[in-house]
Amino acid sequence: MNRVKRQIAPYLLVLPGGIWLLIFFAVPMVAMLSLSLQEGDIVHGYQFTGHWQTYTEAISAYQTQIYRSLIYGAITTIVLIAMAFPIAFWIAFYGGRRKSTYLFLVLLPFFVSFVLRTISWRQILTDEGPLLSPLRDAGLIGQSFHILGTPFAVIGGLVYNFLPFMVLPIYVALERIDPRVVEAARDLYANPITTFRRVIFPLALPGVFAGVLMTFVPASSDFVNSEVLGSSDTTMIGQVIQAQFLDNSDYPTASALSFVLMLVLLIGVFTYARILGTEDVMKVAAR
Amino acid sequence: MTASTLQRPQSSGTDDAAQLKPKRRITGGGLLHAYTWLIIGWLIVPIAVMIAFGFNDTPGRYNQTWDGFTFKWYGRLFEYSDLTSALITSLVIAVVSALLAGALGTGIGYALGRYRFTGSGSLNLIMFATMSSPELIMGASLLSLFVSAGAGLGPVTITIAHVMFSISFVAVVVRARVMTLDRSIEEAASDLGATGWVTFWKVTFPIILPAVFSGVLLAFALSIDDFIVTAFTAGTTKTFPLWIWGATRVGIPPQVNVMGTLIFAIGVLGAVIANIRSSRQGKRA
Repeated sequence: MNRVKRQIAPYLLVLPGGIWLLIFFAVPMVAMLSLSLQEGDIVHGYQFTGHWQTYTEAISAYQTQIYRSLIYGAITTIVLIAMAFPIAFWIAFYGGRRKSTYLFLVLLPFFVSFVLRTISWRQILTDEGPLLSPLRDAGLIGQSFHILGTPFAVIGGLVYNFLPFMVLPIYVALERIDPRVVEAARDLYANPITTFRRVIFPLALPGVFAGVLMTFVPASSDFVNSEVLGSSDTTMIGQVIQAQFLDNSDYPTASALSFVLMLVLLIGVFTYARILGTEDVMKVAAR
Repeated sequence: MTASTLQRPQSSGTDDAAQLKPKRRITGGGLLHAYTWLIIGWLIVPIAVMIAFGFNDTPGRYNQTWDGFTFKWYGRLFEYSDLTSALITSLVIAVVSALLAGALGTGIGYALGRYRFTGSGSLNLIMFATMSSPELIMGASLLSLFVSAGAGLGPVTITIAHVMFSISFVAVVVRARVMTLDRSIEEAASDLGATGWVTFWKVTFPIILPAVFSGVLLAFALSIDDFIVTAFTAGTTKTFPLWIWGATRVGIPPQVNVMGTLIFAIGVLGAVIANIRSSRQGKRA
């Protein structure tokens, strides 16, 4: 009796949440795939016709935005690695008793709504704003100098919004390093640079990979930053999908684009999961 | 995310750091220290601007240039009834979805931490997928489902979506606690004659309760801040972030800044209190 109980107990515990994830995560993906192969319009309804041409049409119509999103995402991720690594390193090795205070400070932006943070940047970077208007009055920048509407503003916003997602996983990886390993390197006459290059950095790599996953995916599919800080020259695929779904109600095109984006990103994500496992990302998420 | 970061006492941290300090730490360490503070300063800039413009004596909704200091927006916080109701909608959805995700996620987290069972691998994979999938895709696919099923969009569909993306986070937090649980305490309870049911509620549950609590808080924070998934599943319902988004074209009134400031203050205060409490508990143990 007890053995039977122990065998079914985990399934009973998992069932409600598992069913929820199945119905509202897995099934919607199928619904989206099906919708992308339908034809029709919002007034007369949609019919499944297997019209796969929607895909080729959508891709050729929006390939600029798809490429741009992936490029913005890649630049954001590279900038983030360069920016976050020294912070994570300093907090992990020099933070001492204040480690959690510093991490808390890095996480402060999360206490302000994502949309509000981004709008706040627009207020700062606008042409008449507190940054540009004194510089222009001082003659340091020309009349036609703008930050808003440029790729710099969009990528800057992405970097700002996703920085904590890069600092945290690198920090977790560095924190786990056994200090004796570093000591051993020093005992074997490795200088600080060699110690970093041959010991610390390789051990931090899982954290960097987790950070790449946690920033590249949301950055390249973001539509808030380019909408608030960008212009028609910086339109990203997320904006197209959002507009097709919510403004134009062109569901087949929007689902086809979403599916293409998902395939591109998920191929990356599952390659990651196959090679590096899912633990690093889950550990960071648990913090 | 933040609350649970703070609650983890890093007892071994100081010793490790002391041993790791290279002798020439003044040069490299000092530079990195300054750099860390520079980035923290940069992270705070837009928050400071948001807070400051809640005190701006602006004549109308166009809150862009500084017109002097005032407290009046704090007194007129609820002037826009649709903004107020959007905030209430956000709060209600956050509470309901955090509790639901807390219950469902705790079940999964407990099972994964305690039992070995067939299917746990696929469960891990689907959790990983919900945590790493782009929100845009989750929102778009949920909209596809609701459109195909002919379901009307509103607070219910928003809540369903928020529960979906919060479950895995709660489960991971709870699983981490269950895995480090000292099983001998439970064995002691059953040696003393407690049934499995009594042992769970009297011994195990109180031990994992802090993890459940931080999971629920995390789910609440994820829900109240969510914009992207909500934008797809809301229909005409307005949550706080959606109201702000809709108001960007007509001007964002200072009341939004005040509400943002208050949410920020409450969140920071809560995290600091949680941190102090957990560090006290750490000292006592």
